[in-house]
This record gives sequence, structure tokens and C-alpha cells, in this order.
Amino acid sequence: MKIKTIMLGTAAIAMSATATLAEDMTIVSWGGAYSASQLQAYDVPYSANTGVNIIHDESSSEAVAKLRAMNEAGNVTWDVVDVVAADAMRLCDEGLAEVIDHDTQLADAPDGTKATVDFGDLIVSECFIPQIVYSTTFGYRNDLVGATAPTSVCSVFDTAAYPGKRALQKSPLNNMEWALMCDGVAKSDVFDVLATDEGQSRAFAKLDTIKGDVIWWNAGADTPQLLADGEVIMGSAYNGRLFSLIVEQKQDVSMLWDAQVYDLDGWIIPTGLSDERKARALDYVKFATDTQRLADQSKYISYGPARASSAPLVDKHATLGIDMAPHMPTDPNNNKNTLLTNYSFWADYKDDIDAKFQAWLIK
Amino acid sequence: MSDKNLVLASDGTSLKRSLARSLKRQKIRALLLIAPLLLFVLLTFIAPIADMLFRSVENSIVADTLPQTVKELASWDSDSGQLPSEAVYAALARDLKIAVKAKNHTKLGSRLNYQKTGTSSLFRQTGRKIKKLDFENTPSFKDAFEKMNKKWSDPAVWQTIQQFSNKYTDGYFLAAADLTRTSSGIEEVPEDQRIYYTLLLRTLSMSVTITFMCILLGYPVAFLLATLPLRSSNVLMILVLLPFWTSLLVRTSAWKVLLQNQGVINDFLVWIGIVADGNRLELINNVTGTVIAMTHILLPFMILPLFSVMKTIPPTYMRAAKSMGANDFTAFRRVYFPQSIPGIGAGSILVFILSIGYYITPEIVGGTKGVFISNRIAYHISSSLNWGLGAALGAILLVVVLALYWLYDKFVGIDNVKLG
Repeated sequence: MKIKTIMLGTAAIAMSATATLAEDMTIVSWGGAYSASQLQAYDVPYSANTGVNIIHDESSSEAVAKLRAMNEAGNVTWDVVDVVAADAMRLCDEGLAEVIDHDTQLADAPDGTKATVDFGDLIVSECFIPQIVYSTTFGYRNDLVGATAPTSVCSVFDTAAYPGKRALQKSPLNNMEWALMCDGVAKSDVFDVLATDEGQSRAFAKLDTIKGDVIWWNAGADTPQLLADGEVIMGSAYNGRLFSLIVEQKQDVSMLWDAQVYDLDGWIIPTGLSDERKARALDYVKFATDTQRLADQSKYISYGPARASSAPLVDKHATLGIDMAPHMPTDPNNNKNTLLTNYSFWADYKDDIDAKFQAWLIK
Repeated sequence: MSDKNLVLASDGTSLKRSLARSLKRQKIRALLLIAPLLLFVLLTFIAPIADMLFRSVENSIVADTLPQTVKELASWDSDSGQLPSEAVYAALARDLKIAVKAKNHTKLGSRLNYQKTGTSSLFRQTGRKIKKLDFENTPSFKDAFEKMNKKWSDPAVWQTIQQFSNKYTDGYFLAAADLTRTSSGIEEVPEDQRIYYTLLLRTLSMSVTITFMCILLGYPVAFLLATLPLRSSNVLMILVLLPFWTSLLVRTSAWKVLLQNQGVINDFLVWIGIVADGNRLELINNVTGTVIAMTHILLPFMILPLFSVMKTIPPTYMRAAKSMGANDFTAFRRVYFPQSIPGIGAGSILVFILSIGYYITPEIVGGTKGVFISNRIAYHISSSLNWGLGAALGAILLVVVLALYWLYDKFVGIDNVKLG
């Protein structure tokens, strides 16, 4: 009796799964506050308009490996995937992401500006549909940094003025650039210097000076937690995470916007979808990256919309009612000294520098 | 055996043959019975592992993507310091034209970038420009490529292509052993890039430490479990199993809260005055953190086999030893302990092999000095996408584990292991 019920139940679920397959769409993103912002800004209105049922998967951090595995197995179960620009480039290189014709497949701005112009040079790969600009920057504990609050990224390397632990990402990205900039390399020369063995050694030598004072983080949530616990006095993190730590959780932390590194996040559509699924994925992406939708997302999280035409529409936080503009990495008060991730440099040098970085870490 | 001694079965065939036939039939039946399971294990376990391990030597991408170039390049002398001939460049142009259409050139670029930094962007850029190349009106492909990217006039690029044009490569295994192949033979990579040897040694030594810690802590607990009256031992058993049923991540994060600088343990030590506030203990983000957290997580794997072995040791033996004049310690050392060794063996093998492949816990609490080689394997599989190197590291780890297992069998004997 019991077994029969279970079997019937399974059959029913299987049948309903095949029945609704046509209207289901799997969207992969990062989870947490970020996915919540996408849900509010894109998914709820999209489902209301089209009746498509959106299934959320929080696998973006391992999207590249999983997409490769799915592609080899010939069974791609994802429809739209949210990835950082560097991953989008890699997926495009591997032939795992569809090439997009941005002008014809994405929405124009309300004034008729074409998508390629509206997104500008944020379209870093022909497969990449930009969504937000975020930055990796530092937050510091007001009560632990002493009387003079840090104003420069080089404070991170100044253990005499700011004794205590600092959190850095366990990756050569950004850290190498900051180390060189604080070792006296001009911002415009950073990647030329970093391309040489001497330049890399120079960056490691600079990082050596604080090696004993660093707690290395892997997950985006680590630094906010370490700051909240008082484990570190300052640390690098994604600006949206620091925003929620400071504004939503009201911790005694401030942002150090100096030398923030801009990075991009956006959508890709996996290759190997059926025509029907691909068309639906494109339809979703066209909707989700139009001017209004991108501006809507910034009501929920402090990441800058990737379209120029969205910027004037950035409004107040949806629940807190505060103005979001001053919390954007692109706000004039925050972007006095910025760096843009050099994607083609890191595509070439990541393996090499990472090997050195790991060897340096375990020494 | 001579014919006259032959014993015949009822159907007239020799008994020997008849017996053999019936045995064979039995064996086939047994095989058929386990066939579904065997097939399942083969398809879902052995085959994927074999497929993954095969990637550590597989390298058909160069020959598949640039077939004509590889053929032309075979006759080029890489030590001459000269660039390859015009024919090679022309072949490359034809190959790349096809590869770009199939979007394979970037894949090849990222493959060769593992060997030579900068190849990734070289292929990506060239791929963009080759589309515009007019094949009919190109007097010299050599010049055309040099104009596209000056790296094409670097013999080192060609050396890399030539070196990896075989269908199979030992390059991943060399990289996994901190070695590299240069024009003058196999050499160690520069010192600032050597990681895997150190990591492997560290993985082994830390796994041994964790195993010993588990024996040290698990033995008394298992002893209590086996000797206490049923009512209290059941409660104790639940205490052992409860963490076993709790999510790994939850337990690891709990250790983070306990061990960190401003954490519970340090706060307590400062409060009772053992440790000065400015001099808190470094218990996490280092080897100590990994050993503590992993010992805790793997402890049930030591206690349970120990318990099941100890349960079978009759208490009368100890009493007999004491009645013959042994004191508590001697009775334990000469009578009880030797009988519990199979449990220690089983627990140690379990704990050691599990810990050697762990990566989540070390990643969270290990900092830089407390991470294992499996963390690098995970990185190459899910992040850098260098599956070949990941597979080579995995293969090495597998061989090391099998070798240790063999050693264990030789010196301790696998028959001495009892799981219950």
C-alpha cells in the first residue's frame, strides 16, 4: 500500500514535470541579496507578463565548470546564467556561451540609443550581456583604525600606522595591482609592470610586508563577517556586501573607496539549447537588461546599472528609503581613483601568476 | 589420470567434467545476479573516474585543431632558433580559418596558455584578425601573421605548439610534480612556482597527525561506549552520532566561531586570565585550525569501528588476567589492547583516507598553511578549468593512497582490519 502510494506519487510528479517543462526556465545566479534583487527587479515582473515559471539555481560560483560538464554530457539544463565578465570571456572562448548580437537582440534605450552605445565598452566579450558594475574595495572598522581614518588604499600596506589584521582575497587579482600601486608604480603602468617577472616579484615583495597580518578570504561574505566580529580592522570585499553591512546591518564600518577595482557582472546564454529555449532565454535577457529593469535592480542592492541610460533613473532603496546614488561605486564622490579589471591581461596571466601566488602563500 | 579410473556421472560424462559444468553454471548465475550492481558501479563510478584520469594524458586538441600546421611543423628544428618556413604559416592560416569558424581556436589558446603564458590572447586576437585575411592576395603569410601579433615571430610559441602536437602528453604530470620540459630536458620549475610537492607532503603529514589525534581521543570514548552499562552507553552513543548527522559546513563554521581571535575560546582564556588580551592565541587560519576541526569531524569514523571491535572482546579476559596477578595496566596492555588493534587499524585507514581527500574544511579554517592538495585539485576542476592538471594531481594522490594501503597490508595485514 505504502509503496504503491510512493510510486503513484513519483509518477505524478514526473508527469507534472514533463507537462510544465515548456513553461519552466532555469536561471542561475549568485544567491543571497544579489539574487533577491534580481528576483524583485526582473523575475517577478517577467513571470507576471509571460507566465513563465522561473527556477532559481545558485551555482554561479561554479558555473564555468558545470557548464563545461553539462556540455560534454550533452544535457544543458540551464537557460540563462549570471557570471562575472572574466568567466563570460572564458565560456565564450570555450564555445560554451552563445554569441550575442547586442544591437538586434537587446532592447534599445528609451531614446532609441542602440544597446552597443548604451552599454559602451562594458561589452567585454561578444557573448557577454552586461548587467551591473560592482567594485572590489575596502571597508574598515571605525573603532579599530585609530584616530585618523585611512583615506588611501596604501593604508592596507601600512602596518605601522594601522596595526591589526586585514582581509584580502585569496587570489592574485586586485592584490597584485594594489601592491604595485602602493610600491610607487603609476596606475597606467601597473599591467605593463605586472607582465614582467621583475614586476611580479616586486608585487610579492610588497605583499610580503603584510603577509603575517593578512586573513585570506574565499567567499564574498567572509570580509563583512570578519569586520563584524572584529577579527580584522580592514578588508577588501564587494561593495554591495559592505553596503549591506554598513547600511542594513548598521555596523560601525566605513568604505574606503580609494583604488576600488571595477568589475562587471552579467548574463550569458549557454550553447546547446533547443531553439525554443534559446528564444525564451533571449526574450528574458532582453527584458531583464532594458533601461528600466537595470535601474530597478539598484533599488535593492548598491551595484551600478551597466547602461548609461539607467543611471539617471537610480532611485531610493526599496525598503530603507535612502538615496542609493551615494552608495554606488560610480558616484562622483566615490570614483576619484578607480581601476578597471584588465580582462585580457588576466586571461593570459592568471595561470602563471596564480601558480606563483600559491607558491608564495604556502612559503 | 588414466581412463579406467574415470568416475562417470549418471548421464555418462565424466564426473569431473560434469562437476566443472555445474560449477560454471553456478558462477554464471552468481555473475548474473550481481550484474546489475556491477554494471551500475562500472557505469557510474569506475567509468567516470577512468575518464577523468585519462584527461591527465589526453592532448588531442592541438593535432585536431591545427592538423596541417602540425604536419608541416614536424620537420622544423626547434633548436635552430630560426622561425618555421612559410609553408607552416600558410598551413596555420588555413587551419585557423576552419578553427575560427568552429570557435575552437580560443579553446586551443587556453590549452596552450597552461604551457606558455600569453598564448590565450594570442589566439583570441589572431582569430579576430584572420577573418579579414585575404587568402588569395597574401604574398607572405609569415609577414601577415607577424603583423597580426608580433608573438608569431617568437620561436618559443612554435616550440610550444610543436612540443604539444602529440595526442598524448606527460605535460600535466610533469606540472603536477613541479617539473617542466625545456629544450635541454626535464627541469624543475623556478623555485617561486613550486607548490605541489610541498602540498603533497603537507597533506600526508597532516593526515597522519589527524589520524593520531583521532586515535588518542577516540580510544577512551570507544572504550567507555563498550564497557558502560547499556543505558548510559546509549546516551553516549547519541552524543557521538549527533555531530555525525550534523552538516559538515555547520560544524566547520562552528569551529570558526569557537577558534577565531575574538572567538569563544580566546575570550574565555582572556577572561580567566591565562592569556593577555593583546596576545590572543592563533587557533584558526593555520595548521592548528585544520587539525582541530578535522579531528572533530572525522572522530566518529574512528570511534565506530573501535567500538564494534571492543564490543566483541569478552570482559572475562580482563578478569582472568587480573585473577592471575596482572595489575590494571598490565591487563589492559597485554590482554585488552592487542585485541582492539584491528579496530584501530580500521579506524585509521578510514580517517586517513578520508582526510587525505578533504578540502572543504581546510579551505574554511586552514588559512594558507593548513590547506591540502585537494584544495588545488578543486581549484583546477572548478575554477581554472585546467582539468588535465587536476586529473594528474588526482591520479598521483590515488597512487599514493594505494601505495600506502599496500604498505599497510604488508606490515599490519589487511586481515587485521575489522569494520564490525
